Amino acid sequence: MATFPEFISQNEERDGVRFSWNVWPSSRLEATRMVVPVAALVTPLRERPDLPPIQYEPVLCSRATCRAVLNPLCQVDYRAKLWACNFCYQRNQFPPTYAGISEVNQPAELLPQFSTIEYVVQRGPQMPLIFLYVVDTCMEDDDLQALKESLQMSLSLLPPTALVGLITFGRMVQVHELGCEGISKSYVFRGTKDLSAKQLQEMLGLTKPSAAQGARGQQAPQQPLSNRFLQPVQKIDMNLTDLLGELQRDPWPVTQGKRPLRSLGVAMSIAVGLLECTFPNTGARIMTFIGGPATQGPGMVVGDELKTPIRSWHDIEKDNAKYMKKATKHYEALASRASSNGHIMDVYACALDQTGLLEMKCCSNHTGGYMVMADSFNTSLFKQTFQRVFTKDVQGAFKMAFAATLEIKTSREIKVSGAIGPCVSLNAKGPCVSENEIGTGGTCQWKMCGLDQSTTLALYFEVVNQHNAPIPQGGRGALQFVTQYQHSSGQRRIRVTTTARNWADAQTQIQTIAASFDQEAAAILMARLAVQRAESEEGPDVLRWLDRQLIRLCQKFGDYHKDDPNSFRFSETFSLYPQFMFHLRRSPFLQVFNNSPDESSYYRHQFIRHDLTQALIMVQPVLYAYSFNGPPEPVLLDSSSILPDRILLMDTFFQILIYHGEMVAQWRKAGYQEMSEYENFRHLLQAPVDDAQELLHTRFPMPRYIDTEHGGSQARFLLSKVNPSQTHNNMYTWGQESGAPILTDDVSLQVFMDHLKKLAVSSAA
Amino acid sequence: MSHQGYVAAPPYSQAQPGMGAYPAGFGPGPNQHMYGHYGDQQQAFSPPLTGAMKSPVSAPGMPPPPAPSSHYSPTAQQNGSHPQRSPGCLDWLWSSSTVPVPKHGPTGSASHKAAHQSNGCHELGKLRPGSHAEPSSEPHSAPAHTSPCYGPAPGPSWAPPDVSDPVTPGRHANGWSSNGRIPHVWSTKCRPPNVWSTNGRVPNAWSTNGRIPNVWSTNGRIPNVWSTNGRPPNGWSTNVRPPNGRSTNGWPPNGRSTNGWPPNVWSTNGRPYAGPPAPGAGGYQQLGPGPNSPSGYPQQPGQFSGQMAGGQMAGPQHGFPGAFPGAAMAGPPQKKLDPDSIPSTVSIRHPTSPHMHNLCHTLFLSYVFPPVLLTQVIEDDQAKRGGQIYATNIRGQVPPLVTTNFTVKDQGNASPRFMRCTTYTVPCTADLAKQCQVPLATIIKPLAIVPKDETPLYVVNHGETGPIRCNRCKAYMCPYMQFIDGGRRYQCAFCNCVNEVPAFYFQHLDHMGRRMDFYERPELSLGSYEFTATLDYCKNNKPASPPAYIFMIDVSFTNIKSGLVRLVCDELKTLLDKLPREDGAECSAVKVGFVTYNKILHFYNVKSALAQPQMMVVSDTAEMFLPLLDGFLVSYPESRAVIHNLLDQIPDMFADTNESETVFAPVIQAGVEALKAAECSGKLFIFHSSIPTAEAPGKLKNRDDKKLVNTDKEKTLFHPVKGVYEQLSKECVAQGCSVDLFLFPSQYLDMATMGHVPGHTGGSVYKYSNFQVETDGEHFLRDLRKDVEKPIGFDAIMRVRTSTGFRATDFFGAVYMNNTTDVEMAAVDCDKAVTVELKHDDTLSEETGAFIQCALLYTTVGGQRRLRIHNLSLNCSLQLLELFKSCETDSLINFFAKTAYRAILNQPLKSVREILVNQTAHMLACYRKNCSSPSAASQLILPDTMKVFPVYMNSLMKTAPLVGSTELSTDERAHQRLAVMAMGVEDTQRLLYPHLIPLHNMEVDGSEVPAPLRCSEERLSEGGVFLLENGHSLFLWLGQACPPDVIQGLFNLPSLAHLQPNLSTLPDLDNPLSRKVRSIINSLQEQRPNSMKLHIVRHKDKQEMLFRQFLVEDKGLYGGASYMDFLCYVHREIRQLLN
Repeated sequence: MATFPEFISQNEERDGVRFSWNVWPSSRLEATRMVVPVAALVTPLRERPDLPPIQYEPVLCSRATCRAVLNPLCQVDYRAKLWACNFCYQRNQFPPTYAGISEVNQPAELLPQFSTIEYVVQRGPQMPLIFLYVVDTCMEDDDLQALKESLQMSLSLLPPTALVGLITFGRMVQVHELGCEGISKSYVFRGTKDLSAKQLQEMLGLTKPSAAQGARGQQAPQQPLSNRFLQPVQKIDMNLTDLLGELQRDPWPVTQGKRPLRSLGVAMSIAVGLLECTFPNTGARIMTFIGGPATQGPGMVVGDELKTPIRSWHDIEKDNAKYMKKATKHYEALASRASSNGHIMDVYACALDQTGLLEMKCCSNHTGGYMVMADSFNTSLFKQTFQRVFTKDVQGAFKMAFAATLEIKTSREIKVSGAIGPCVSLNAKGPCVSENEIGTGGTCQWKMCGLDQSTTLALYFEVVNQHNAPIPQGGRGALQFVTQYQHSSGQRRIRVTTTARNWADAQTQIQTIAASFDQEAAAILMARLAVQRAESEEGPDVLRWLDRQLIRLCQKFGDYHKDDPNSFRFSETFSLYPQFMFHLRRSPFLQVFNNSPDESSYYRHQFIRHDLTQALIMVQPVLYAYSFNGPPEPVLLDSSSILPDRILLMDTFFQILIYHGEMVAQWRKAGYQEMSEYENFRHLLQAPVDDAQELLHTRFPMPRYIDTEHGGSQARFLLSKVNPSQTHNNMYTWGQESGAPILTDDVSLQVFMDHLKKLAVSSAA
Repeated sequence: MSHQGYVAAPPYSQAQPGMGAYPAGFGPGPNQHMYGHYGDQQQAFSPPLTGAMKSPVSAPGMPPPPAPSSHYSPTAQQNGSHPQRSPGCLDWLWSSSTVPVPKHGPTGSASHKAAHQSNGCHELGKLRPGSHAEPSSEPHSAPAHTSPCYGPAPGPSWAPPDVSDPVTPGRHANGWSSNGRIPHVWSTKCRPPNVWSTNGRVPNAWSTNGRIPNVWSTNGRIPNVWSTNGRPPNGWSTNVRPPNGRSTNGWPPNGRSTNGWPPNVWSTNGRPYAGPPAPGAGGYQQLGPGPNSPSGYPQQPGQFSGQMAGGQMAGPQHGFPGAFPGAAMAGPPQKKLDPDSIPSTVSIRHPTSPHMHNLCHTLFLSYVFPPVLLTQVIEDDQAKRGGQIYATNIRGQVPPLVTTNFTVKDQGNASPRFMRCTTYTVPCTADLAKQCQVPLATIIKPLAIVPKDETPLYVVNHGETGPIRCNRCKAYMCPYMQFIDGGRRYQCAFCNCVNEVPAFYFQHLDHMGRRMDFYERPELSLGSYEFTATLDYCKNNKPASPPAYIFMIDVSFTNIKSGLVRLVCDELKTLLDKLPREDGAECSAVKVGFVTYNKILHFYNVKSALAQPQMMVVSDTAEMFLPLLDGFLVSYPESRAVIHNLLDQIPDMFADTNESETVFAPVIQAGVEALKAAECSGKLFIFHSSIPTAEAPGKLKNRDDKKLVNTDKEKTLFHPVKGVYEQLSKECVAQGCSVDLFLFPSQYLDMATMGHVPGHTGGSVYKYSNFQVETDGEHFLRDLRKDVEKPIGFDAIMRVRTSTGFRATDFFGAVYMNNTTDVEMAAVDCDKAVTVELKHDDTLSEETGAFIQCALLYTTVGGQRRLRIHNLSLNCSLQLLELFKSCETDSLINFFAKTAYRAILNQPLKSVREILVNQTAHMLACYRKNCSSPSAASQLILPDTMKVFPVYMNSLMKTAPLVGSTELSTDERAHQRLAVMAMGVEDTQRLLYPHLIPLHNMEVDGSEVPAPLRCSEERLSEGGVFLLENGHSLFLWLGQACPPDVIQGLFNLPSLAHLQPNLSTLPDLDNPLSRKVRSIINSLQEQRPNSMKLHIVRHKDKQEMLFRQFLVEDKGLYGGASYMDFLCYVHREIRQLLN
């Protein structure tokens, strides 16, 4: 058997799953003592270009409570044409189509390399994709112009059959009727009055969805499933382009000292209502573009008086945010309506000030929608990001999927406690649901209205096997992830991943278990838990909790003599974990200092949806150094890495920062790169830029690109991230000339580690 | 209903507060009577009234029965004998008073048994005192009405007495004035008819002869009938009597014919009608020679009766059932009017003869009969003052009639086009005013059009200081301010406060004490002028912006199907070029906006920058709001292309609609919001089809309940539904949003409610029932064009200031009153008038006179804020005669119309009508008593200035709102009520007395329009063609024997039979007759504020009924007396008052 790292990466490659522990403690008691729970980061739609979709439907276990999918772990009796479910041990007859099955003629789902397999559901109609643009018109003209252009561009990226709709809002909300000849029509709603779906349906004069559904049930959808407000791109392409072109800034006068009245809450409500009554349970994206906070009506986050600023963390702590609770409630209700209908809500917020992402975060978080934050629609950050929403894979299909449900089947010894990620519970109780809830728990099914290839859920499990019921040697615990979703081609697909891990007795085989520790996965899984807590608890409490967990882990798996910090040793599989925790503590996911509530929400949103690699970058940014001394190399995220003759490239996921050391900056200023004799300097300057471009091109959302130098104001982004090994407090005592002192009172990693060791070995703890 | 009014007459005496007092002190009665206006007194009246009506029921043991009985008996007889003949009367009787029957029946019959009505009379007389105690026992009318009910019983027994005329007279008496006065007469002579001619002589004649012929003989005795006035009363009495003749069923035709003496009266003038208006003198003299008349009698009687029949009894008897036995008894088959006989009757000219003036110092004496001819009065005034220059330099000068063409030269008083008063001499004291009962009011049409040949108003600009005003009362500088102290100070004419003259305004005085710049400053020398208003006079101290016109088209199924939507849209394309603009402006500053709606609203963005219009739908009608700001209200020239694009599309967009529900209040709300957002005033043009039933604020339901007609609850039909619309009116006024409503109903749509907003925002309501483009399209478009193009001011506040001693107390018009002094008008156009009632609060001085200053602050169509000032000075006098000499009938009737129309909101029609009659009688009686030279009581003596007042009054009482007829549509009545409330003097005049123009024998070449004729069927001739016009309707009446060449000329048809029904235009034919007729019609259409739909009516067509109702001198189609009947009645009332 290969090493654990190989095993882990191989599994991740194939199944998109990473466990915190790759060998599971076989009893509940032991499991709880592991500190880090048995948990997994699951990327349901991990890109598998090599995986051919199977053109038939999965075979299910016949037990009503199980319904697990036939998989390579099942025992098959080829002669009797029977298979035993590996979760409930039910023996099932193969369906008639499997009559020719034999050892040599196995269906794909039985082959070990198809532990992840994708089926295409043949039944049902192909649903069109629906994109409903909800556009704020209260913004500066050049912003609006840029937005209009982006939107017009996006039309060309949509498949011709996709349905599009347009809602604009300012003081009023307008639902535009598309494809009108000679006159453009729109339905206008007051921005202060929320409407139920039923009222909306009446006011828009829409037919009952039941009629449309009924028609869909029996006959193929010959008559296009569209209405006056949502029409196929191919039909109203020109019309909509013109409409967008004529879109004007909200004409209502804004007096001095006031914010424009922005009816965001109602606009989103109408968007949700419109889809709710026309296309329930069909994949749809509500893309909301906002240039500022909602200032009136339900969902308003700030009044229109400019003299009262939008709430800050300070206000929230003081319970001084007057609109927050009400607004949050409004958006939560919307999110729940949208998610129950399978609709995605994206928020593209481009403004210098906050726009209320804090209140709206649930819209994106619950529906799997995107949340994009930028300073202006007229930045490449927004433009590129928005364009990247519509990127396509090699088959020419969007990399997004719609209206997915993820279901988990577990072996008897293990149950699922919950999930953390862009999902909502479907409240499906079952034998594999644990009573202990972590994150969104109490269910074995989650709805993810929108997901892409990097959308990752953290799933937490509970080992329920009792200590006194040992599992036979070589026993394995199995998990099956069944993801049903609407592919962007309109097909319904089911991706099934079945995976299993060995059980081990923690008392006797603790080394094995420790060796199976995936510290990266564990760090992110713990981070998600911490972020989850941070949403509801006070910051310091979360940090304390996190510290305690770390200490306990050190106590459990460290090798030390009691009360002797210097004796503390950590095995290799744990060595990086404390460092991750150190950076996590300093990260914007847990620290709100210097961040607005919107920014915090934005960072947390990104953190809980991205896959492990990205998340790790978010926790601990990557730093590369470029110098004449050798090829580019990753360096420690430490102030000591900041040297005058170096160019640093930092990737924090949200920012790509190029930092020119003092000397380099001077050279650049002197213009050496222009001189042919210093071509190598030009190359040196160019190298990080090229690397940065590469990152910029692949990342979603597009990071902020910062080019700065020693002493530059934007260098603060770098200085705030590196480990402050040198500060104004110790720079002279350290006695080292290299590096850059950081003006901070934060503890450095060294101090942190010292404390950690001390506490870990302390017998008092 | 109207008969009730009249019938009520008897009760009327009771109904009055005087009810009790009346019978008691008949003599003193009049003075004590409170004939006040609705506002103050009606309340006092009405309760007693009802009490009176019901009393018979409620007081079982009432002694008075005898009195009633006397009434009953006569009627009883009558009923006994005639009920079948006058079903109309019966109906009426039933409805009004079935109740008393049981009570009185017995008593009545009892008294009958004892003796016939003479007994009754006795008893009545005796009982007088008793009746005081219980005024309610007086219910003359009730008995009179009820009689039919129990008529049958006594009837038979009475039949014989019936035959003799005494009987009928008795009934008269009962009906009219069963008051104790007459008992004497009755008892002795069984001749109640005295009522009419209390001269006493006549009764004798009657009693002795028991026959009317005698009357004639008495006539004979007094040859100079007219000058002595002696005869006419007889004439009257007999005239009234004719019914008697008829009523006494037994009368041979002869009897009747003799009764018909009135023809004599007509004939006395001996002037063939056909002749040109003879000079009054001539007429008068002719009349003098008694011999003529007597000789005439024998020949005429038959005709007369015929005439009476035609004029007054042709229809079911509604008129004066109880009061006017003649009418009631119209039963016997009437002879058809002999047209030939009429001309002779018409030519009487006394009223206007200058001779007469001389004789009676402008008092006017005349017989009631023949009635004063209104057309004549108009003609005379036109002849006397027409075409002249009327300089307004004299205080208290009475202007020419509204119908007269004259040119005004402003020399210190406002032109009568702007302000007209009911009287130009104000009584000095409140007592005097009360005594004469002539209402003091001024009718102000602040933005009246100034004819081209008169000087337009000067605009005075005092720069930033704004107009100069009195410090205390805030009156504006005007010619009445007295400069003193060498010009350094001036004394306010209104409050007498002495103010400093601002330095910049100082000017030395000349030897006359006038400022040297007197002629240079309009505000010192003119009656009307304008000031430029400063920011202080603007809303929020922001300069006003030009108004906006918003066109709001109902695109529900009805309007689409009728083709209206397309019609409107097409018309707007050209009409919008003609929006009103500031004088001298190159194009109109008025912004336009468009909305269509059914149960949801569609707004249109027609910004010039757009390639195509944008439609914004608002379906949330619960809380209306404006969905767009920029591009909704645009300048037409700039956005012409987009607007045309829109107007082309609208009819097609909704072509296949099947939405039939509409909303209404949200539509107005939307308009208000639009104007609010644009911070301007404006006008909404709403084209609406049906009662708004869609679920939205202001939803209405059908509450048209014909059962309420003629009950105390009838007023609810005129009342708007409470709530939404009232609030909306308020909002509209606050924003300066006027609403013009064009309605195209096919059924009831609750006009009273829908018209509430227009009626309070200076708007108009136009109604086109069962609209069809082919027949009504042009009519509607004419209205629309006039409405859009007419000069108008917005966001107006009017304040009427008066000199000390009297003040403005009440205001009538399409206005909104937030407090008691400021008249707020969202808009006021050139046709809207406000009638202002004035009352004393102190004594006025004869020396200084009285001043009225009307200041109107408004925004012009160009968006300028202006103050328009109208000043008027009036005389004051302690002499009632002076007052009566300066009365203005046209204004009076305007005032009465408006007060009555307002009163019907609060009290039963019946009492409203009673009050009208009462006040008429009272005014005239006051004149008679205080101003005329002594004369026989039987004479009807009218002040010269009010001689035609009864015609108008009678016509007013026959207008749809005041007639309680279930045949009239509720909406129609409410509509007319609404329309009249905003009318000026000219309009009410024309409405109440339509023009009847004979077209068949006019000179087709000239430009002269034939003189109008009296509005009476008598004037029509089989072979004639007539045009009738009242400002709202236009009829072309074709006699059956109309010469074919006329038909050919007008219609290019060989004969009348080929004429298509429902034709509403005249073909464009190139012959003199057609050209002439069309030019007459066109010029009428042009002159009137409204378009008039042309109805072409053939004699005896179904449609003729419509036409007939405008012959206001005849008996009303839906009830109401003929002019003559009314005069008789009024005369009787007067005489009662005088006694």
